[in-house]
Amino acid sequence: MSTFDDPFDANRRLASSGCACGRHRSQAEHAHEARLTLQCAPVEQPRFAERSYEGVVVSTVMRAMFPKDAARRAFLKSVGAATALAAVSQFFPLKTATEVFAETGPIEKKALKIGFIPITCATPIIMAQPMGFYAKHGLDVEVIKTAGWAVIRDKTLNKEYDAAHMLSPMPLAITLGVGSKPIPYTMPAVENINGQAITLSIKHKDKRDPKSWKGFKFAVPFDYSMHNYLLRYYVAEHGIDPDADIQIRAVPPPEMVANLRADNIDGFLAPDPVNQRAVYDGVGFIHLLSKEIWDRHPCCAFAASQEFVTGAPNTYAALLKSIIDATAYAAKAENRKAIAEAIAPANFLNQPVTVVEQVLTGTFADGLGNVRSVPDRIDFDPFPWRSFAVWIMTQMKRWGQIKGDVDYTAVAEQVFLATDTAKLMREAGLAPPESTSKTFVVMGKTFDPVAPEDYVKSFAIRRV
Amino acid sequence: MGRFLALRGAIVSLMLLAGFLFVWHQATRGVAAVQAMSPEYAKLMGAAATQGTSAMPGPLEVGAKLLEHLRRPFYDNGPNDKGIGIQLAYSIARVMTGYLLAVLAALPIGFLIGMSPLMSRALDPFIQLLKPVSPLAWMPLALYTIKDSSLSAIFVIFICSLWPMLINTAFGVASVRREWLNVARTLEVGTLRRAFTIILPAAAPTILTGMRISIGIAWLVIVAAEMLVGGTGIGYFVWNEWNNLSISNVINAILVIGVVGMALDLILARLTRAVTFQE
Repeated sequence: MSTFDDPFDANRRLASSGCACGRHRSQAEHAHEARLTLQCAPVEQPRFAERSYEGVVVSTVMRAMFPKDAARRAFLKSVGAATALAAVSQFFPLKTATEVFAETGPIEKKALKIGFIPITCATPIIMAQPMGFYAKHGLDVEVIKTAGWAVIRDKTLNKEYDAAHMLSPMPLAITLGVGSKPIPYTMPAVENINGQAITLSIKHKDKRDPKSWKGFKFAVPFDYSMHNYLLRYYVAEHGIDPDADIQIRAVPPPEMVANLRADNIDGFLAPDPVNQRAVYDGVGFIHLLSKEIWDRHPCCAFAASQEFVTGAPNTYAALLKSIIDATAYAAKAENRKAIAEAIAPANFLNQPVTVVEQVLTGTFADGLGNVRSVPDRIDFDPFPWRSFAVWIMTQMKRWGQIKGDVDYTAVAEQVFLATDTAKLMREAGLAPPESTSKTFVVMGKTFDPVAPEDYVKSFAIRRV
Repeated sequence: MGRFLALRGAIVSLMLLAGFLFVWHQATRGVAAVQAMSPEYAKLMGAAATQGTSAMPGPLEVGAKLLEHLRRPFYDNGPNDKGIGIQLAYSIARVMTGYLLAVLAALPIGFLIGMSPLMSRALDPFIQLLKPVSPLAWMPLALYTIKDSSLSAIFVIFICSLWPMLINTAFGVASVRREWLNVARTLEVGTLRRAFTIILPAAAPTILTGMRISIGIAWLVIVAAEMLVGGTGIGYFVWNEWNNLSISNVINAILVIGVVGMALDLILARLTRAVTFQE
């Protein structure tokens, strides 16, 4: 269930393919037939689309109450959406919560600086500037392009940036004090899901089996990145030890294509538009989209220091609302072309428009002569699932980045601010629900956030 | 004879340039073999893949881009996209600030070392240890302690331009002719007066040579520093264009960096000549 879906829709499909009723091959076909049959339109539609952050709050609450989609569906089916809404509102005043969240106190600081790395993961953060989402919430934001992850971390810790685009493992690493001194850091929103790919040099176009990759040199954007963990996971599942059999080095995304062309590396697991750019310049091909490793995995994040969140709550709320708004806008396929045009110029990504467009629309050249169409090649969903954080920490542990015992849940709770809702719930005098977690499947293997240690131990190739 | 030689030199220079441009043009004109692809697929690909054009731009392309930059050197399209003139101004301002701070520190310390054998011995190990450190190695430390990226860049400029000036000043001061100092002693000239009226003029050419080396290094380092920190400056410009794999813009930036570096060097060369005297 995506954050932007109507949580009171009992018919919303459970699987990602097919239609709501299950009788048609796609939602479009379903809609077509529905149009042909006479129907009573509901008198009043809940206006989730118009106020998507209200939708997000409601979504989160529903999700918290029914961590399993199937259970939510059964509940809605049995009592009906209207009763469900009433029932939920009874013991959790949704209106109050959304109002608290939507409340516009005086903004403490109008002029903000937000750092970003020029990749499509940053889409919501970047596009909110040219497309006026920050301005709409009364903020005057400058988005500043930054050279690399270490620099963006240092500049955020220096308070040169008020908030920043980070890789989702980074706030965890900063909070844990891995690779920097521990500073409480928060991640109120995931920016994008999916949207990465393994790109190999064109000369390896016959080596599609990872088992033949021994001795390859790979690049990932940063040590503490989903890219690093996904690549390691992928090759390890194919029996390749990522530390012994291949080389993985951190290379800033903009330098990857140049390195691939110069034959310094054999491939990379990188954010877009780097993959598409390698194809565009004829130096590489897309071996695998990251969604084929783990569908709907998180990648980049919108992060801010805890000091900023607590020190300037209204600014923070306005900022988060802008980001959620922008993310909701970016989640709609029909807006993707306009977004590509807005973020491609030199001031932002500095890439040819067609490259960015191929990434965002999901209709792209794969570098081997085929045009593929994968509409959810990149998608946008802000909800920071705690189980994402727990998974990331299991991988940090698996590859020896953190040693000793880790209090997975505590750190996840502190950093991944699903707590925004939780905080509002506490203010309303309620105990927040236990679960902001969900299980998910990575390469056919189910991850259970309740037993992270067992998960780590279940891998044959690991460093602990 | 002298003028004739200069003329011949200029002619050879021009011929070398023409030869270089010709070879460059020929080398990048070639079209590589292209794979057959469907028109739908070709529309999604870049010129390098569809037409087999070289990824390296030819001189004509670079020239066209250069004209474009020269026509609009000061445009400002927001914080991440400014004209090449504005970027240069940022870099020069940074270099000048760091460099002048280094002058203020290096000259007094250099005098102290040059005039006092004791201090010379005492400070020598530190200088020898710190001098060979690449200035960029200071960058993470600077970012961490100063907590401001543009101040850190200035600090890096300061630290890299310090050593040549310091060492040359100390050397120049220490190697002032004994006779002149002895004359001063005979006339019972005070330390301060001796420093300003005898040592300074005598050591000035050596000091300025040190300053000239320093400005060269500072200009070398600023590009690397700005590539690392980003934001503004000619180094950021290079990085941003590399990001877009726009080699013609990178070549243009190289040209502009070269021209500015040459100008800075010429200015200090003139100054050195002005303080040099014939014995």
